[in-house]
Amino acid sequence: MAHVLPAVAVTPAIAEASKRKSRVAYFLLIPGLAWLAIFFVVPLVTLFMTSLQTESVTSPGKYVPGLQLSNYTDALAEYWPQFLRSFLYAGLATGFALLIAYPLAYFIAFKAGNWRSLMLVLVVAPSFASFLLRTYAWKTILADDGPVTSTLNSLHLLPDGRILNTGIAVVAGLTYNFLPFMVLPLYASLDKIDYRLIEAGNDLYGSPQQVFRKVTWPLSLPGVVAGTLLTFIPAAGDFINAELLGSTKDKMIGNVIQTNFIEFRDYPTASALSFALMTVILVMVLSYIRRSGTEDLV
Amino acid sequence: MSENRDSVARETVAFMRSSLSRRRILQAAGIGGVAAVAAACGASGDTGSATASTAAAAPDLSDSEKTLQWSNWPGYMDTNDKTGTRPSLDAFIKQSGVNVTYTEDINDNNEFYAKVRTQLEQGQPIDRDIVVLTDWMAALWIESGFVQQLDKSVMPNASSNVIDKLQNVAFDPGRQYSLPWQSGFGLFGWNKSKLKELIGTDTMTSVDQLFNPKLKGRVTVLSEMRDTMGIIMAWQGNDPSNFTEAQFMQAIDALRTQIDNGQIRSVEGNSYMSDMESGNVVAVIGWSGDVIQLGKNFGIALPETGGTLWTDNMMIPALAAHKKNAELIMNYYYDPEVAAQVSAYVQYISPVKGAQEAMKKVDPSLVDNEWIFPTSQTLERTYVFMTLTAEQDVKYQREFQKAIGN
Repeated sequence: MAHVLPAVAVTPAIAEASKRKSRVAYFLLIPGLAWLAIFFVVPLVTLFMTSLQTESVTSPGKYVPGLQLSNYTDALAEYWPQFLRSFLYAGLATGFALLIAYPLAYFIAFKAGNWRSLMLVLVVAPSFASFLLRTYAWKTILADDGPVTSTLNSLHLLPDGRILNTGIAVVAGLTYNFLPFMVLPLYASLDKIDYRLIEAGNDLYGSPQQVFRKVTWPLSLPGVVAGTLLTFIPAAGDFINAELLGSTKDKMIGNVIQTNFIEFRDYPTASALSFALMTVILVMVLSYIRRSGTEDLV
Repeated sequence: MSENRDSVARETVAFMRSSLSRRRILQAAGIGGVAAVAAACGASGDTGSATASTAAAAPDLSDSEKTLQWSNWPGYMDTNDKTGTRPSLDAFIKQSGVNVTYTEDINDNNEFYAKVRTQLEQGQPIDRDIVVLTDWMAALWIESGFVQQLDKSVMPNASSNVIDKLQNVAFDPGRQYSLPWQSGFGLFGWNKSKLKELIGTDTMTSVDQLFNPKLKGRVTVLSEMRDTMGIIMAWQGNDPSNFTEAQFMQAIDALRTQIDNGQIRSVEGNSYMSDMESGNVVAVIGWSGDVIQLGKNFGIALPETGGTLWTDNMMIPALAAHKKNAELIMNYYYDPEVAAQVSAYVQYISPVKGAQEAMKKVDPSLVDNEWIFPTSQTLERTYVFMTLTAEQDVKYQREFQKAIGN
């Protein structure tokens, strides 16, 4: 705070007070930092070190600390299809979520009137049920004899004759499960737009499309960026949807990590995959934020 | 996210417990969290240290502390579905004065092992007096010295009442360290009317029928390697309890073919029941207790070339503090009448001699139930999967998981 005051006006008493204030601020940071240190930094370091472990010579199946960089290359060489598929499915899910969420958020922000709170509650309400149950529900929705599949089948739109246990079901499940994470930031960002700007656009003979392209969309961009990140990142690491709704040909990187951890007890490979996933996502996110020019908004 | 899902999984497990049998519980869901926790806690940090080869015993506090910690699978204990109480367990508590803390926290052998592995390897107690694990995992615990030898002198029922077939298992001859809790079959389950519609008969006897192209996309098999591969190997004329690597790979090839050509729709550990109920899936390789619970419209049979037989075993972990209490309750559950009470509820195979006789009093309709009290002819048509070394286990698991897309 001190730096916003003109330097000449800083009397010793004020300086003292602001110093005390900033000490309080640091003090208040401690719980958050400690939380991050214990539950993020320490596990991250452990994960990284585990990813470099090497198999013990004396007792096979056990791993000892090492510098086995080939854990990464081996893991990627073996599991690149699942890696690519994760990004493909997460990307598709994010795209669909954006297509569905944008009109919805737009409606809630500008047109819903008194219904606004209710609609927001409805957007969030499914999250009150467990993630797993919601995904199970999709097995019923997409059942072979269910209305959705039968309808599409009668139009001969399904190559396999079914939706469940195909990639379509996995993408649908991902889109649905992470939709609220897209709607809420979009809504927050649209809601902040000064409606007079849109009116001004109309008054200046902008067509609705032009006004949307030149006014609404750019102003909602922070919400778009936040929403796509909040959807894409968890979707890329998800394994429940692929496990329950997919077939053996739809497995994602989360399934592979799980299998390596639990079935093979191959902690180094699993850790290397986790770490590689995090790195790839981080790089993608950074370049995405840079390209969309919203570093200061996210 | 994964911690979140872990709690979600547990919550869901608790929610669905009343209607689910132990095998159906959502194994996969709980796993991610455990994996993350395992990594976070550095579970793998000290894996280089040699494992103890002898089971460590702690001072037995049974006489001073009348308590017992028992970890078991969900839906694996007779329960009054209205009140949520567990009659046989409550009767034991009343009779013995031992306060039993019964926790349904084993959803998956590997997941549970991942949770307690570090403590076991570092020679620390896992704060459980009884755990229940499937044969191959039990074998690994016994081999690693993670369990204590049972004192048969305080458990007369348990010494005499184990059924013959389970008396001398390869991983624990004479049952020195383990006692069967329940057993089950890996076998066929099918939707009778849909099967008739598709292939013209409502019975299933052979794996050839399972792989009949008319059932394309309507078949699932278990993600439990031992059951799926066991049944396929037996179908190929090999012996799942004694096979070579080439024979295993031959079975993997068959599995892969059926997956690639779309015959096998998915490979499932737990959710095949709902797919059967909704009609998505017509025929499965599943578990006996599950298929029985589906009811009259569904058929159940062992493949003519043989099914699998597995057992979940009670064991006392190293350093468990209430060994004698644990032995007392194991002995209690080897009382035929108590065993019948449990089996009438869980519908898996009772490993207790005399339970069939005792069932006459508990539920006469179940006395001749082939899937709870199999005859020796039935048991002869089943295989207990070969005991694998840790390296073999990982090697075969890798092949199997690769074939099923992981």
